[in-house]
Amino acid sequence: MTALLPATSLADRLTALFWRRPNLLLVLLITPPLLWLGVVYLGSLAALLLQSFYSIDEFSGLVVPEFTLKTYAELLRPSNFDILLRTLAMSAAVTIGCAILAFPIAYLAARYARGRWKAVFYLGIMLPLWSSYLVKVYAWKLILAKEGILTWTAESLGAGFVIEAVLQLPWIGGNSLSTAFLGTWLVFVYVWLPFMILPVQASLERVPQSMIEASADLGATAAQTFRNITLPLALPGLIAGSIFTFSLTMGDYIIPQIIGTSASFIGMAVYKLQGTAGNIPLAAAFAVVPIAIMLVYLALAKRAGAFDAL
Amino acid sequence: MTPAVEFRAVSRHFGTTRAVDAVDLIVPEGSFFAMLGPSGSGKTTCLRLISGFEKPSGGNILIFGENAGNVPPHLRNVNTVFQDYALFPHLNVRDNVAYGLMVKGMARAQRHARAEEMLALVHLDTYGDRKPAQLSGGQRQRVALARALVNEPRVLLLDEPLGALDLKLREAMQDELKALQKRLGITFIFVTHDQHEALSMADSLAVFNAGKIAQIGTPEDIYARPRSRFVADFVGSSNILPPHLTQSLGGPAAWSSLRPESVVLTPADPSLTGIVTGLRYLGAATRVTLQCQGTDVSVLVPTGQPLPEPGASAGLRIAATDLHIMAVE
Repeated sequence: MTALLPATSLADRLTALFWRRPNLLLVLLITPPLLWLGVVYLGSLAALLLQSFYSIDEFSGLVVPEFTLKTYAELLRPSNFDILLRTLAMSAAVTIGCAILAFPIAYLAARYARGRWKAVFYLGIMLPLWSSYLVKVYAWKLILAKEGILTWTAESLGAGFVIEAVLQLPWIGGNSLSTAFLGTWLVFVYVWLPFMILPVQASLERVPQSMIEASADLGATAAQTFRNITLPLALPGLIAGSIFTFSLTMGDYIIPQIIGTSASFIGMAVYKLQGTAGNIPLAAAFAVVPIAIMLVYLALAKRAGAFDAL
Repeated sequence: MTPAVEFRAVSRHFGTTRAVDAVDLIVPEGSFFAMLGPSGSGKTTCLRLISGFEKPSGGNILIFGENAGNVPPHLRNVNTVFQDYALFPHLNVRDNVAYGLMVKGMARAQRHARAEEMLALVHLDTYGDRKPAQLSGGQRQRVALARALVNEPRVLLLDEPLGALDLKLREAMQDELKALQKRLGITFIFVTHDQHEALSMADSLAVFNAGKIAQIGTPEDIYARPRSRFVADFVGSSNILPPHLTQSLGGPAAWSSLRPESVVLTPADPSLTGIVTGLRYLGAATRVTLQCQGTDVSVLVPTGQPLPEPGASAGLRIAATDLHIMAVE
């Protein structure tokens, strides 16, 4: 019996190769995703950025491949600028709504759910993600419609006036919930809520019980503990979740088309400009806006110390 | 004098588990009190009952004579050093220490000055700007201590405070904690499963077993005069002799404990003979284990004296007066 064995199989030789050159395995593992991310994703992003600095010839309708800021200036035209503001306001409102709804759910799951209940929680959060997005949105259209189940239930309970009163509100109101901004907001909050709950729950999961107790032990009231300890420690999760809800809302072009006033959002504008209108530069300029906003948002969050607890 | 903490028939049940079972306890003011016991014996639950993180299922808890039953943790003038230190990772060391003052509404400059004083007390004067993650285990322990002391608590609770430190640091911190307690005159109550720590640091200690207190006394009481086999066994290093051995050595027919250092190995006129089963060199002495009539008996032989060979027969001389008869089996 020898102490050192010969390499007999291909697996032996490969294992030996990776042992001699540990970086080789790393390179093999990382190259395909890097190619994907670098070429396919970042490459197309660069192309997008490039397009946004081109302009369209008003007479021929052809893209003029010359550097100009004209297209960006067009974004500032009132009709286009409204789209930006509307999308931004909706994204912010959806993010705030998701954060307020998600926090208690995530807190409950992170602090109190154990064993089987934790599984029930994950299932409950993930289940809506398993069904088609379009099906859910159309289902909501029916739920929110004037003759829909929501109005019907409210009227049966004698609370129909509440919906009526809400619909009277300026800007967010409308003919029915399915044709009001409020309805758009509700559906956005519904579809993106899991993307907020999961990161918040993950961040709360990492806050040990003893830290909450230490705060109380040192004399903090429940509200002080929440403000000084729980919230700052959950902030990275809230930021991560808000990146999802914010950017998903900013890029979505289906929900505002099906539910709401059919006023244009960034996604819808991009969809129309690159399709029927054939104005690729302006579509690209529109598409750059959410990216720019997210970068600014992240920079502000970082400066505010949102990632200090990471 | 009013005791710092008093338990009157305090129980804490979790479902059918009696974590703390009708415990009576008095912790005198200004003492360094240890709660010693194996894990699950109820000592940590007792500590959490004092801090308010557990509510008693029955009985009364008095803190300086006042019934604390319905007082939430943040209104108790009792502070805790947590086992995992529980330092706030997003705050620097100074703000961690000043936290208790901050929530009370003390102005920034004032509370930072107080925090610096506390940091000086634990020899971390220059560490105020660091984050807890940048500190070693021993330094975190000191920050936790400073943070708990900044509110000037009347009772300081320490939950396995030295458990995560290596031996050398642990011994240094033991001395330091003891000195700090003397200097501040605050009642310290600390939980530990380490009998050496409890014996060397505490003025008095309670040994816990299965939710009840097996014995309360000074370290000397507990070590030399254990009330029961459990205490003798847990506090360790004592020999536990069954009734027939006690009787054959001139005592009554009861369980007794016998300290290894009071036994002498001798070939002449032994009171007991046994077969040597093991030798363990401890530095200043060697612990010789012998099998005597079915019972293991340890003997400490000072270094320099002749040692028996394993497997050899040896005689032991035991004075009947060195036997401590245990009241409870």
